[in-house]
Amino acid sequence: MDQLSQLHTGISILEMTYIIASILFIFGLKMLSHPLTARRGNAIAAIGMVLAIIATILFHHKDGKPIGNVGFILVAIGIGSVIGLIIAKRVKMTAMPQLVSFFNGMGGAAAALISMMEFPHVSPELIAKSGMANGHVLAILLGLMIGTVSWAGSMIAFGKLDGWIGDMRIKAMKYVNLTILTVLIGFIVYIMTRHVQASSELTPLIYIMFFIAVIYGVLFVMPIGGADMPVVISLLNSFTGVAAAMGGFLYNNQAMLTGGILVGSAGTILTILMCRAMNRSLLNVIVGVFGGGGQTNIAAAGSVKEISISDASILLSYSKKVVIVPGYGLAVAQAQHICHELDKLLEKKGVEVKYAIHPVAGRMPGHMNVLLAEADVPYEQLIESDEINPDLPNTDVLVVIGANDVVNPAAEDDPSSPIYGMPIIKARDAKNIIVMKRGMGKGYAAIENMLFFNNKTRMLFGDAKSTLQNLVNEIKSL
Amino acid sequence: MGNILGFFFLNREAIFIVILSIFLGIEVISHVPAILHTPLMSGANAIHGVVIIGAIIVMGHAETTGSMILGFLAVVLGTLNVVGGFVVTDRMLEMFKKKRQ
Repeated sequence: MDQLSQLHTGISILEMTYIIASILFIFGLKMLSHPLTARRGNAIAAIGMVLAIIATILFHHKDGKPIGNVGFILVAIGIGSVIGLIIAKRVKMTAMPQLVSFFNGMGGAAAALISMMEFPHVSPELIAKSGMANGHVLAILLGLMIGTVSWAGSMIAFGKLDGWIGDMRIKAMKYVNLTILTVLIGFIVYIMTRHVQASSELTPLIYIMFFIAVIYGVLFVMPIGGADMPVVISLLNSFTGVAAAMGGFLYNNQAMLTGGILVGSAGTILTILMCRAMNRSLLNVIVGVFGGGGQTNIAAAGSVKEISISDASILLSYSKKVVIVPGYGLAVAQAQHICHELDKLLEKKGVEVKYAIHPVAGRMPGHMNVLLAEADVPYEQLIESDEINPDLPNTDVLVVIGANDVVNPAAEDDPSSPIYGMPIIKARDAKNIIVMKRGMGKGYAAIENMLFFNNKTRMLFGDAKSTLQNLVNEIKSL
Repeated sequence: MGNILGFFFLNREAIFIVILSIFLGIEVISHVPAILHTPLMSGANAIHGVVIIGAIIVMGHAETTGSMILGFLAVVLGTLNVVGGFVVTDRMLEMFKKKRQ
């Protein structure tokens, strides 16, 4: 009796902790969406997570049995924490998107593993009562499918962003993917309509399903191009949320349920917001092949004009107003620090320097802000594109560093262009334009940029970092 | 039909939570400025690390060596998701904050 009441106290504390954790997740997420409270929001969500984990280890019971293997669990948590900390602390800020993708994949894999282990243990009473067609089995199968797809997809996204996996674009791909998806759903239906004594009889099917889901995850992400990667990561992020929620169904666990679904729905909305910033529909991102096209005739466009470092430095030094448009090229060259040096130098000479930040500059929305903040560029100098556009006709020099699609006038001029309608920074309104670029390569959208052929545009070819360094040296010696 | 109704009845509370959470998620996110998209995605990424609770439960009731190994792996991966997710988000936001006082 005493033991029984102890058990009840434990379960009550556990459930109460889960409610608190859920509330902390909600508050955390809410605070994360406001600039001033974001960091505290993250900490609050983390506290909720720690509480939920501790309470689970201490008070969780299954059929009256407490959590066993506590030593191993703590070791596993220790290993995961150390590796997670090291990776998260060491990775460069430019590699942030692939890092998010990597950690997302880990969550998906954990969800898939849970499903694989739980499948053979579906209670025989439940099967005797309602066969395999019950919510428990459905939650396991969906958790397995979604978790695996999320894991495999995230790993491919990670590889692509890191540059060791290329794009694979085949026209028939979407039909192949659709077929595989149908097969996966077929597996779920097949398993749930079998008449068996115990679910373990069907375990081999689970492993086959796992492999098919891996293939689907890989093929799902393979054809998606660079500029669309953030959207895919965000989508996979919400997938993992749903997979985690399936675990919540399975264990009747409210913290997993709220946490998972919250991320699932918030992630979906975030995905749609990102698509909107690029003026693309989600369906377009997933099935459409991006890039190429556009009617712009390059032969008629004329030639590009170059500018020397010394001319550029004189032009910049004697301007009143300079706007810098940073792009991913600046980030990969790790040139944000030297760029900030340039702007400080110019400010000292009385030049007003602003940064024009496009919503999708960098590799993810907001990525560029993070990178420039890392280089200590004051927040007040970062202006969003909508705000700076009206000011551009009064700008003496606009410097494009490693950006391409976000300043491409085709978004306004060429209805056949794949980026038509995307809000851009209206670079051509400025009095002079200097474009720093490694070469005449195309941007992520793989379309020509007429800005480079504009009369007011001068090209400054070379690696962003060394070019900026030369520019800084030249201006110093003026 | 009876099966579907039975399923609904058995899981009515969970279904309730799911529906409310969906609306909550939409409501919480819908007015976020673009500059916070990346940190927010990263923070949400950390929150779905809640899957680690499931991993702990599985591991805590594992009996065979095989399920012990898989359970161990699940806990490690889940922890990676949680710890990595929160730390990376904090690192991103730290840079914003420095400039903002």
